[in-house]
Amino acid sequence: MMAQETTGQAWILANLWLIPAIPMVAAGAIALLKQPKRRTAATLAIGGLAISFLLSVAAFAHVLSAWGHGGATRDVFNFGWLSMGETSLQLGWVLDPLAAVMLVMVTFVGSLIFIYSVGYMAHDENFTRFFCFLSLFAGAMLGVIIANSLLLLFMCWEIVGLTSYLLIGFWYHKPSAAAAAKKAFLTTRIGDIFFLLGIAWLFSQTGTTLFYNYGAGAIEPGALAALLAQPGAVGLTAAGAIGLLIFAGAAGKSGQLPLHVWLPDAMEGPTPVSALIHAATMVAAGVYLIARVYPLMAAGAGPGQTTVALTVVAWIGALTALFGALVAVAQNDIKRILAYSTVSQLGYMMVGLATGGVAVGMFHLITHAFFKALLFLGAGSVIHGCHDEQDIRKMGGLRAEMPATFITYMIGMLALSGFPIFFSGFWSKDAIVGAAHAWPGSQGPFILLLVGALLTTFYMTRQIAYVFFGQWRGHDHAHESPRVMTVPLGILAFFAIALGVLGTPLWPWFTAFIQSKPLEVDWHGFSEPGLLPLMSFATLLVFIGLGVGWRLYGSKPTRSASELDPVARSLPVVSGWLANRLYFDELYEATVLRWYAGLAWLSDWLDRRVWSGIVSGVASGFGGLGWFNKAVDNEWIDGGFDKGCEELVTGGGLLAWLQAGRAPGYLRLLGIGFLLLAGLALLVGAVSGQVRL
Amino acid sequence: MTPLAAYLLLAALIFAIGLAIALTRRVAILVLIGIELMLNAANLNLIAFWRFGPHPEALTGMMFAIFSIAVAAAEAAVGLGLVIAYYRHRKTTDLDAMTRMKG
Amino acid sequence: MIFGLTVAFVLVAMVTVAGAMGAAVMRNVVHCALSLTVTFAGLAILFLQLDAQFAGFAQVLVYVGAVAILVVFAILLTRGVGTSLIYVFSKQWTLGLGIAAAVFALLGWAVLKSFPVSGPVAASEVTVKDIGAALMNQYVLPLEITAVLLTVAMIGAVIVAMPEKKVKEGEQ
Repeated sequence: MMAQETTGQAWILANLWLIPAIPMVAAGAIALLKQPKRRTAATLAIGGLAISFLLSVAAFAHVLSAWGHGGATRDVFNFGWLSMGETSLQLGWVLDPLAAVMLVMVTFVGSLIFIYSVGYMAHDENFTRFFCFLSLFAGAMLGVIIANSLLLLFMCWEIVGLTSYLLIGFWYHKPSAAAAAKKAFLTTRIGDIFFLLGIAWLFSQTGTTLFYNYGAGAIEPGALAALLAQPGAVGLTAAGAIGLLIFAGAAGKSGQLPLHVWLPDAMEGPTPVSALIHAATMVAAGVYLIARVYPLMAAGAGPGQTTVALTVVAWIGALTALFGALVAVAQNDIKRILAYSTVSQLGYMMVGLATGGVAVGMFHLITHAFFKALLFLGAGSVIHGCHDEQDIRKMGGLRAEMPATFITYMIGMLALSGFPIFFSGFWSKDAIVGAAHAWPGSQGPFILLLVGALLTTFYMTRQIAYVFFGQWRGHDHAHESPRVMTVPLGILAFFAIALGVLGTPLWPWFTAFIQSKPLEVDWHGFSEPGLLPLMSFATLLVFIGLGVGWRLYGSKPTRSASELDPVARSLPVVSGWLANRLYFDELYEATVLRWYAGLAWLSDWLDRRVWSGIVSGVASGFGGLGWFNKAVDNEWIDGGFDKGCEELVTGGGLLAWLQAGRAPGYLRLLGIGFLLLAGLALLVGAVSGQVRL
Repeated sequence: MTPLAAYLLLAALIFAIGLAIALTRRVAILVLIGIELMLNAANLNLIAFWRFGPHPEALTGMMFAIFSIAVAAAEAAVGLGLVIAYYRHRKTTDLDAMTRMKG
Repeated sequence: MIFGLTVAFVLVAMVTVAGAMGAAVMRNVVHCALSLTVTFAGLAILFLQLDAQFAGFAQVLVYVGAVAILVVFAILLTRGVGTSLIYVFSKQWTLGLGIAAAVFALLGWAVLKSFPVSGPVAASEVTVKDIGAALMNQYVLPLEITAVLLTVAMIGAVIVAMPEKKVKEGEQ
């Protein structure tokens, strides 16, 4: 039994790389397929991810059993990649509770969304290309999860960014889609620059990019102690500074203020893309990254203290949460509401990480993945049913036409709002609010989160009322979506409810699992001081939000699409600001984009005038040289040659004169020759003494 | 002056006169005459050296001279034949006019 | 004895040189040829004086008897109608004269400046029998070659001097 277990452990750990590799290979295979082969493409993609799901379950089981035995739950597999002299860049993967839950979540939700996409993209002619990109994304995301090396993580991070770009701009002939894809890529790039700086700094300080390496990793206590001792910048330690740099990368990917501007525009992509990438997984990658490097960010803080890095994360998260909720109130596109909701919820997750630790933030991430994916897929179903209509003012009364969608959407909405007891969102969000309340740093994030929770309920109620209640304000009839789309919705709805069980104070399974602590039923969990009052207060806020929302939107539903929103009627200025997303995009356009355009103009000018000036200068130099060559060749060489030939002819003429056949002349020459010869002979004789002179 | 020197000097004089004839006269046949004179002068030289030389009983000098006479005769015949042939073509034997080979 | 030379020698030498000079300067070519004959005769006497009797007689037979006649014949055959040349000497006669004078000067200087040989030896008796024996023994090869040479020369002279075949009418 032990032997089998040992080989089983070794097998899944050594082959953990299969989990991201199989979807990537599937993507490669799909890329080679021709367009009409839809069934093959879908089968490859879904099959690949399903196999990854099974492997993830095996890995999860492995970690579970390790936890159950009370042993070490973290296992790494490192190998060298590039050796540069004495140091070497190492890559590797890690299997621990954090990675295991993420793996299962991503593969499961991903598989459901893949199946959903078969129905949603059935009418699209670029079906195979879609699945190729989706599969590649899945592989890269899984790579981010299991990476034990910051370098490997960054590589997969970039591939994730690339596939996000490809998928947002999937309908590339739409200019808005192409622009949105570019915006997403560039904005996340800004974050990635800081991320890369952080990686480089960390590598230079600790000499390794590995997270865990049996005590020698970059975020293990030895390295952390060294980093804390090292001063960074502006009064921070190196640990703090690196932590903030890495957070910049996470902020870009997870849409935190001020790098959030790409996320709402990313809704230009197909709805499954929005569900998978911009709700459940990619944006969660930023949160996951912070969870991974949490030891770094929390280094140096004793109990009852917090670090500078975590303070920054908490504040930015809280502000983002509030901002997202505010702007979502005034949006009219069904997907944009959900997009801003995602921005807001990501802020919640960040606050959870900063104030409550890894388990708190990750729990909300997991639950959010399920119910946000559910909401997006539901929105996709609605859009599909309303014949590609996305404006909620042109919908209404769909409760009757699309019952399955309605019920699952309601479940998702209640989970997101934090409706008490039954829905997972309640438990996860309350955990965060509680942690924020208990945070030694400041109560500011706590208050912001409470306001955000109120607004969340409010805008979700508004959305539900617009879409599912009231009268139908659209054109043709709406219809329910096919089974291939509604079944995944149902499965996700089930989990949106069921996952709550894992995080109650009564039985904190999730926290114990993540922290690998022994688990027992805590009958006194609810009697923690301040917990019940806090939960009641949060519940009160939820009901207030529901009530106000229903009053404004539900009881007096709008009749026509052009009728103004009640909030817009009463608070036109504020509503205008909110509808325009607090003018963030305009601010960026006036500043950053202007500078960037100026820089581009300068580069172009340099290129056209200076560099190409130099190049044409050199070219004309060569041209001149060639002309000179030609002149020399013509005048001197040819001329010289011609002259030489003329001289030769003249010389020949002269020589011919000698051959004129003048006998007397020859005789005379003979005589002269004889004289010379005789003279020479006499001289020689005189010299040698035979002739007396 | 020894007799040998006298003979040699005489031979040299005749040789020079023969050379002068060959180089200065215009008539082609006179060139041949000059050549004959030169040959004769050489013969005289040979005989003189044979007579006053160390080994007169070897007959070397005289034999040489006799052969020289024979060959000179043959050469004179051929040369005169050439001149006659040329005269047939050009009707003249003027050397200065023999410029047909001039390019 | 004039300068240690016998009178006979001096007289014959003067005749010979006179004949040569005559051949050099005379206008009429026939006169030149006849003057040449005198020179040949003088040379023959000189040979006799040098106890080279065979050579002397050969000289008379060949040169005076054949070559001189041959030259006269050739002159007569190549005489044009009214060929009294205005210019006897060619255009560059000074150069030729100069060369000849230089040659004589060189030869004379060489002769006068060289070491004297031992005095006149007693003349040895050379008979025709000796010459014949020498021709057949030592000099048989040159003899044969000379024979061939004479044959060839004769044939060649005949061919060279032969008039060309007349081209028949109608043939070009």
